[in-house]
Amino acid sequence: MPLMHSLARMEAMAAGRAQPLTTVLHRHLSRQPLVLVPLTTAGEVGAPLGAMLGTDRDHPLLLTVPQPKDRDLRFTFLSDLAEALLPHLESALEETEQVREDAEVCTDAPQLLVPNAPGAEFVRLLGRSMRFRRTAEEDPQTPYPSPARVPLLGRWLTHYGERARVPGSSLLLSMTEVLTRHWATGQSSLEDQHLGALLAWLRAGPEGGGDTAALEVETARDEHGQLRTPPSGPSTDPAFDNRVLAPAVDRYDADLPGSAERVHQLLGGQLRPVWDAMWESVDLLRRLPEGERIASRWESDRWSYTAHRDRLRAGEPPQPRRDDAVTAARKLSVRERDQARLQAQEALDDPLVMAERRLAGEAFVAEVTDSWMTYSQGRRPMPRPVLALSTEDTPQWAPGARAYRVLPSGAAQPAEFLAPEDEPADGSADESAGAPGAPGELRLRLTGGMGRAKEPAPGSVPEVGDRVCWTLFEHAPRGGPSLPEPEDTPWTHGGPPQSGTPLPEPRTAERHGTGGQSGEAGRTGGTGPPGVTDPVAHSTLPDPVTAEDLL
Amino acid sequence: MGDVRLRRVKQLSHQRGTESTGADQSALRDRLAALRGPGRQPRPLDSRALTALAANPGCSRRALLDSAGVDKAALAEVLGAPANFGQSQFAFARGHAFEAGATRDGGAELVRLLCAHTGQAPPDPQLLECPDLTAEGPEGRIERTREALALAQARGQTGAEGGPGGWSVLLHPMVRLTVAGAPVCLEPDALVVDGDGGVTIVEIKSFPILDGSAAPTKVGAATRQAAVYGLALEAMEVRAAESVLLVCPKDFSNLPTAALVDMRKQLAAVRRQLRRLTRVEELTAALPAGTSFDLDLPPDRLAGAVDSVPAAYAPECLAGCDLAFHCRSQARTGNDPAVLGRGTRAELGALTTVKAALDAAHSDPPPPEPSDPTHPAGPSDPPDPAVLALRRAARLRAEVLGGDGAAGADGAGPAGGGPCR
Ligand code: SF4
Repeated sequence: MPLMHSLARMEAMAAGRAQPLTTVLHRHLSRQPLVLVPLTTAGEVGAPLGAMLGTDRDHPLLLTVPQPKDRDLRFTFLSDLAEALLPHLESALEETEQVREDAEVCTDAPQLLVPNAPGAEFVRLLGRSMRFRRTAEEDPQTPYPSPARVPLLGRWLTHYGERARVPGSSLLLSMTEVLTRHWATGQSSLEDQHLGALLAWLRAGPEGGGDTAALEVETARDEHGQLRTPPSGPSTDPAFDNRVLAPAVDRYDADLPGSAERVHQLLGGQLRPVWDAMWESVDLLRRLPEGERIASRWESDRWSYTAHRDRLRAGEPPQPRRDDAVTAARKLSVRERDQARLQAQEALDDPLVMAERRLAGEAFVAEVTDSWMTYSQGRRPMPRPVLALSTEDTPQWAPGARAYRVLPSGAAQPAEFLAPEDEPADGSADESAGAPGAPGELRLRLTGGMGRAKEPAPGSVPEVGDRVCWTLFEHAPRGGPSLPEPEDTPWTHGGPPQSGTPLPEPRTAERHGTGGQSGEAGRTGGTGPPGVTDPVAHSTLPDPVTAEDLL
Repeated sequence: MGDVRLRRVKQLSHQRGTESTGADQSALRDRLAALRGPGRQPRPLDSRALTALAANPGCSRRALLDSAGVDKAALAEVLGAPANFGQSQFAFARGHAFEAGATRDGGAELVRLLCAHTGQAPPDPQLLECPDLTAEGPEGRIERTREALALAQARGQTGAEGGPGGWSVLLHPMVRLTVAGAPVCLEPDALVVDGDGGVTIVEIKSFPILDGSAAPTKVGAATRQAAVYGLALEAMEVRAAESVLLVCPKDFSNLPTAALVDMRKQLAAVRRQLRRLTRVEELTAALPAGTSFDLDLPPDRLAGAVDSVPAAYAPECLAGCDLAFHCRSQARTGNDPAVLGRGTRAELGALTTVKAALDAAHSDPPPPEPSDPTHPAGPSDPPDPAVLALRRAARLRAEVLGGDGAAGADGAGPAGGGPCR
């Protein structure tokens, strides 16, 4: 845990209430998310017990399985789940925007919210358990034909579950993870997995008391030994299973009248408090202003959604059981890139997150104490102004290392650190600017972002007295190592993928000619003006190139 | 893992000599029985509990209570802080059904799974034995296991007239390991002795191997458990294969599938952790006179007894120790930063309470004078890097959040200006 987070947690402990870790929202939150609270049967792999779901907080849909060992009842549940979820998952398929002649992207994507990380994992597992099912229509010989739309739901849930592993993605969000990204409680991250306990810290007002409230949520039991606040799933409390659910299921097995309704009611009682906690969490998150760069990450999610739509439309087979070696390696390298990009974007959007990077020596805020012009060598000398800076931060730099700042246009401006003896000021430098090399005194040479002319574009060079935040990390980190094409996979890594799992043509990303997109691109990609050797041209069409969308 | 061959019995001599004498042992056993309370049976430690114990070797409280065989779950209940553990009967039923299926036909299925991984030819069913291991009490069962194991290895090594050796499967054998100077009985799921006399530990688990892979944390825990059995076998002078056969349900079915998992790392780790446990004799010697963990004692006396033994709480305890809620509330009351995680505590170094850390974070930096040569740096502010880092962190937080930085969920608005430009 970064020291800044430890400090925030300790402050939360002392204050008895949660403390902010961010000043803005860092995940996309749809106007109409679908909340899904699943329950699983203990000991059975991927066997659903029930779920509460919907987009209307006052009218949740409750689906339950009165005897989880009964395959027919499970199929009925999954079929009902498909009827309830698919309309939401398919609600954004048709509205698209044309970003290029040959590329369109859905203007929105449906969002799923689950209580915690195990809940998101359960969504993946459900997807896996359904997507290879065969319906009687597809295969009249299949021993246990699945209800019609179940395999399709399996493919969607697999896609959402897999996408949730991409850093910064928001198609499927785990509520405890989102909340703990934004606030620190006075307990450990393990305890934060309990949505109810987490909310107890968040609810506490200036008078504190979050600690006792969280303890109450976690441990208080009624006279029958039942937790007063049920856990946030997907596992149920063993005491509930043994003393409440098992007898009810036995009554169902004995065919007693009203027994299915009783199980339904009992499971509803476990789910409803979590359901309410989910919407309370949504309200809390909505109070935060949105981070500026959320939109670009959500655009990646929309691409991912669109790509999945296209695969379904093209009649492609379900996602394979296992990734071939190249796909797996691609995913990994893409996720590393996305992780770096997420961290950069969160810091750029949020001074409190940037403060963490400053503490770690990966960014610094400095005042410009002096500046003078130098020019690059070569046939067309370009402006290379040198800035003398004074900072109280402690960046970990070395001569020649790069630093970046955000230009007013949103693009990144590159610079490099100079050794103290390089580029001395031309004698006119004010002595009070501090001796170069003294602690807190730095020199940077701007190396781009100033236009093509001999004179820097207006506003592209900070002025003396400006306080500027510089990062030592790139604003739009690029992808990992290049990998062989799937068909060239060496035999040591399993050889080329089997036919039957065709890989779509990788689309090459392009930045130009995306019309209304370019403003976005400038900011998200951090691409400077032309001529600047700055990273990432491919952020307007981010994911279609990657393996994420082959899922 | 093709060349993981099963090892022959090997005489281990280094274990000898470190064992206590019989008289010491029985004195210790009496002392532990007294701590437990008159007439109480010791609660046997399973390998899961033992790995949890080994994972927190700094905790004397747990080491002592476990060695004494005190029922920690019942103890926590008396202390008014029962754990949220317990097993769902659904999970229990399914786990049992799965294990019964996997061990049916005298372990033939286990042998088949093992051979599929080692490349050995499965034995003729005639040559497969599954000895009866039932006996009176743990001592009897350990003795019976020892005999059966020796016999099985002999059978393996001497096939009839130079033919292939016989195979044996020992279901639920009982073995013993000395932990912190006190003996502990353990019950592995199964041992397979092959036609060369090699012994493989079998661990049967009810989490699935789905599309060829399983949850790494669960595999890790299962492997550590198996490593504990490996050490117990070593103490019996039996060297088992360094890979455990992990048997799990395949995908969403009830059918067994298996993986051969290398446990050399876990063997080394558990061995090291067990060595770090303070010896129980020292722990008992340090107890105040009259200490008892008899569950019939009034709760406040029990709490006093428990709290007289030093603990080392960390959030991981919540998943592995019945006393976690008790120790946690104690740690919270004591302002121990470990309640946030071991890492936090380590980070803070000499600042051993949350209060000390917060005081340091909000303390004013020393005036810059000390660098003045006429005033040698005073002892006022030793340059503790943790203090400096905290102070900087607090300053940066305040710079952004304004004021004291305290705000709950509804007060998170930026006070220090918009995004970094
Ligand atoms: S909960 Fe208490 S007794 Fe158990 S291991 Fe943790 S500190 Fe030791």
